[in-house]
Amino acid sequence: MSGTKLYKNIVNIGGVLIVGLLLAIFITLFLNSYPSIREYKFNFFTSKIWDPVFEKFGALPFIIGTLLTSFISLVISIPFSLSVSLFVSEYYENAFFSRIFETLIDLLAGIPSVIYGLWGFFYVTPIVRNIQIKFLLPPTGVSILTASLVLSIMIIPYASSIAKEVIKLVPNDLKEAGYSLGASQYEVIRKVIFPYAKSGIFAGILLSLGRALGETMAVTMVIGNSIQLPKNIFQPGNTIASIIANEFTEAVGELHLSSLIELGLILFLITLIINLIANLIIKKYTFFEI
Amino acid sequence: MKILKDRLFKFMVIFLALLTLFPLFSIIFMIFKNGISVINLEFFTSLPKPPGETGGGVLNAIIGTLLLIFFASLIAIPFGLLTGIFLYEYRDKKIGEILTTFVDITQGIPSIVIGIISYLWIVKKMGHFSLISGSFALSLIFLPIIAKSTKETLKMIPSYIIEASLALGISYSRTILKVVLPSSIGGILSGILLGISRISGETAPLLFTAFGNPFLNLNILKPVSSLPHLIFIYTLSPYDNWRKHAWGCALILIIIVSFISFLNKLFLKKWKIKF
Repeated sequence: MSGTKLYKNIVNIGGVLIVGLLLAIFITLFLNSYPSIREYKFNFFTSKIWDPVFEKFGALPFIIGTLLTSFISLVISIPFSLSVSLFVSEYYENAFFSRIFETLIDLLAGIPSVIYGLWGFFYVTPIVRNIQIKFLLPPTGVSILTASLVLSIMIIPYASSIAKEVIKLVPNDLKEAGYSLGASQYEVIRKVIFPYAKSGIFAGILLSLGRALGETMAVTMVIGNSIQLPKNIFQPGNTIASIIANEFTEAVGELHLSSLIELGLILFLITLIINLIANLIIKKYTFFEI
Repeated sequence: MKILKDRLFKFMVIFLALLTLFPLFSIIFMIFKNGISVINLEFFTSLPKPPGETGGGVLNAIIGTLLLIFFASLIAIPFGLLTGIFLYEYRDKKIGEILTTFVDITQGIPSIVIGIISYLWIVKKMGHFSLISGSFALSLIFLPIIAKSTKETLKMIPSYIIEASLALGISYSRTILKVVLPSSIGGILSGILLGISRISGETAPLLFTAFGNPFLNLNILKPVSSLPHLIFIYTLSPYDNWRKHAWGCALILIIIVSFISFLNKLFLKKWKIKF
């Protein structure tokens, strides 16, 4: 019987480990960003001056940059991810090419983000530069818009993978009731499927938002890395993740490093909340499924 | 009118869905087109040349990536399995549910934050960048993937198998070790491979841990180069030769990642749980 006891004890280590790890990560981030929190307090969020030389650190340009890139990429990606999920779960549910199509979309999620950055740098940047030239703007190529475009492609599989599952869960009798009332497929999708699946679709969008907020490499390579507050989306900018990637190894002063770690802490907390909400919604669905 | 709307919507859905594939094909096409031209024996067997010179290879990055993955697996696999078995044992209890959420949260931590953590815990203490700090960062990304796939796989083992073993007088711990774990080996391996394909392309956590190294390094206490990191550096460099090499690195990376997914599918098929 002592073997079983030993087994239980060893297994419990696994549980303690994950709790300890997460707590340690949070405490480490908090302690190391404390100098910056103490120095700048709430001004950290509202000041737009980021100056390592004079040790003035305000994160507004990067918070704005993160919100802009995430928001624009979400707006671009939603029609695509909804189309992908309707394609595989409603229009061609059992067709063999739907399986191939799904595999290809999954591949999109498997491409490393640095390769998206490489592709974005050599493919999307020239396209954006042409647009900038047309509108008589400085032809930087790299900009908030470029980063948003690359991001929007990267997050499509995250939203569509959840949305296609919940669309499949819509009961057939509901759909058939719609058809028997004379509704067209479009009306059934709009009036039956979307209302039924909306919180699942929302959870998928939240997951892709979490991904977009934390994405580093692809964004860093095409956003232009400017520490100025961007005036429009055609200008270079920075996100929270990309400023950390750019300046972390070069940060000499204690406050500089601490400010960057505070940005990391902010990113950690925001993604934590978003993922928690998304998980709660998804759990509710699996509950219904059983 | 109604039919027109219906047709129009269907057409739009199909159009947008197929358009989503365009970036995928474009990425793969460009990697092969630009990557093939730089791949030759020298690319695999020699070290990078200084900027401006032509030729040279990425041997240091290939070896570096393999070493980083190896040591990350060494750290993540035992602890990930342990956590996964814990989640399985407590799956019907409140604590199991809470800890599953903890694992989900850990999986959702942005990779750049993981890099900061590894920097503060290891690089800062050691005083310099190192292979092991990079591996540690990757293992933090790896661990939750293994834990979750282990739990999901173990859950699929039917309870009558466990009961049959217990009825034969075999202790619970031996039942788990000799009956449940061996029969779920396929799913566990597949989780491990999934994790490896995920971490092999990670760059952000390596920026301030493994850092990069123009020379071949086998010492775990010294900085090391890796394929994704080299892609990042080379893409943003102004040198034509380096930019070409970025595509070559991308091609090797894509081949490694697809090879691992292929193995994954193979294992899943071979050791599928069926009772």
